[in-house]
Amino acid sequence: MTVPALEDLLRELTPQVLGTLVRRHGQFEGCEDAVQEAVLAATVQWPAEGVPGNPRGWLATVASRRLIDQMRSDHARRERESAAATAEVVPEDVPDTDDTLVLLFLCCHPTLTAASQTALTLRAAGGLTTAEIARAFLVPEATMAARISRAKQCIKAAGSSFSLPDSAERAERLRVVLHVLYLIFNEGYTASSGSELHRTGLAHEAIRLTRMVHAQLPEDGEVTGLLALMLLTHARHKARTTAAGDLVPLAEQDRTKWDRALIDEGMELVKASLAGPALGPYQLQAAIAATHADAATAEETNWPQVHALYLILERIAPNPMVTLNRAIALAETEGPLAGLTLLSTLDSDQRMAGHHRLLSVRAHLLEKAGDTAGAHDHYRRAAKATASIAEQRYLESRASRVRSQMRVTHALVLRPTRR
Amino acid sequence: MQFLISLHINPAVLDALTDEEKAAIGEGHGRFIQALKQSGELITTQALVDPSQAAVVTVRNGQPVVTDGPFLEAKEYLGGFYLIDCEDKDRAIELAAQIPDAAIEGLGVEVRQVMFADGQLEA
Repeated sequence: MTVPALEDLLRELTPQVLGTLVRRHGQFEGCEDAVQEAVLAATVQWPAEGVPGNPRGWLATVASRRLIDQMRSDHARRERESAAATAEVVPEDVPDTDDTLVLLFLCCHPTLTAASQTALTLRAAGGLTTAEIARAFLVPEATMAARISRAKQCIKAAGSSFSLPDSAERAERLRVVLHVLYLIFNEGYTASSGSELHRTGLAHEAIRLTRMVHAQLPEDGEVTGLLALMLLTHARHKARTTAAGDLVPLAEQDRTKWDRALIDEGMELVKASLAGPALGPYQLQAAIAATHADAATAEETNWPQVHALYLILERIAPNPMVTLNRAIALAETEGPLAGLTLLSTLDSDQRMAGHHRLLSVRAHLLEKAGDTAGAHDHYRRAAKATASIAEQRYLESRASRVRSQMRVTHALVLRPTRR
Repeated sequence: MQFLISLHINPAVLDALTDEEKAAIGEGHGRFIQALKQSGELITTQALVDPSQAAVVTVRNGQPVVTDGPFLEAKEYLGGFYLIDCEDKDRAIELAAQIPDAAIEGLGVEVRQVMFADGQLEA
């Protein structure tokens, strides 16, 4: 077995084995450490000795032994030892049901901060090492280790049991899980800071985990919608930057660089999810992404449809960012002035005041409306407001571009007076 | 999100504090560091030597020229910083408010998001 294939197998098995152990022994924290150790043992032994016939059972047995060793060495927990020893997992005893979903509910426990939820999800459900997660988020391993450790203590303190939340709570908890997966994807797609635009490892991981949730809940429209949204967005990633790392906006992307296989899969999922009874925010965002993916050129974009979808999204999940995006679609269907009028409704919103996205969209619409001086000013202000270097470079290049247009306009105006 | 919390110190303000007040600041920073380490939000923190020890380096006609610092003629100078990784800017501000300096008139605590980072974080 190749190293990547082995890694894939271990990542897939990690949450299942962890689920089995936590179901059996409780104490998420100890089980998590034990599974990590078992996975480490497998990465050393399997390439040399071959993958065992029942790799999941092997991991469960080794992890179980590690857990019991830990408990034996912990005198304060001596009493629990006998109970655990009798519950030792034997390979054929490992249930075939996938506990990954339950594990995700635990990792995305509502008492945790989003930063902790993402870290714990990547480690416990994603099977990434603490060092890998630390690298992805550009923090020292010690910082990430402390964060994960704190998260596990919080879960322990909350007294969570390893079971699916009851149906009343389940929808709300699933919403948190999907949000965490969305955050992981976004972190990979557009780094919130730093020069590296694509941390594709995180995007891949988010897609992989969302696929696992989708496999468990194929009927859930929002899960399907989120997976479709990720696939359709990720399909564009090669066209999103130049070789030099500069950002390319959607309208200027080379659409032949879009990944057709991902688009096709995403489109099928969108169709399937839209056939369901109720529409959620992820389904609508996926439908918008699908509308863009459907256009062979930027000019062929079905903007009335994009606008209509944003209008529905704004109604079911009001959010200034949605209004901002609707303004772009409105500018395409009814002209830049209509878009600018809609943008002005956001000026009083505390969340948007001075936000680089509001500034850059206004700059873009002012440019379309022919107000080059206003566009220049807003591009410059947006460039100052963003924390992304790639975005800053892009906004500064737009500012320079409109300034050169200003000079041309200026020259044209001046010429008659010279005569 | 990563933020730099910079601590702007005014020696005259610090000199005017009682020993108890100075000790309380030190203890406050100690508790703050401990809490940040436990929550997994601290990347690193460093304090700098007195600005009288600073060297200002300029290169003119290809030749380096070194003069005594500090570069800025100001009452306040950069005394040290915390580099943190936290949820969002609101959290960074919440943390900055826990730094003892923030409660002392004449000392500045400033929060700015990090835009680019490189190098060894495990130093």
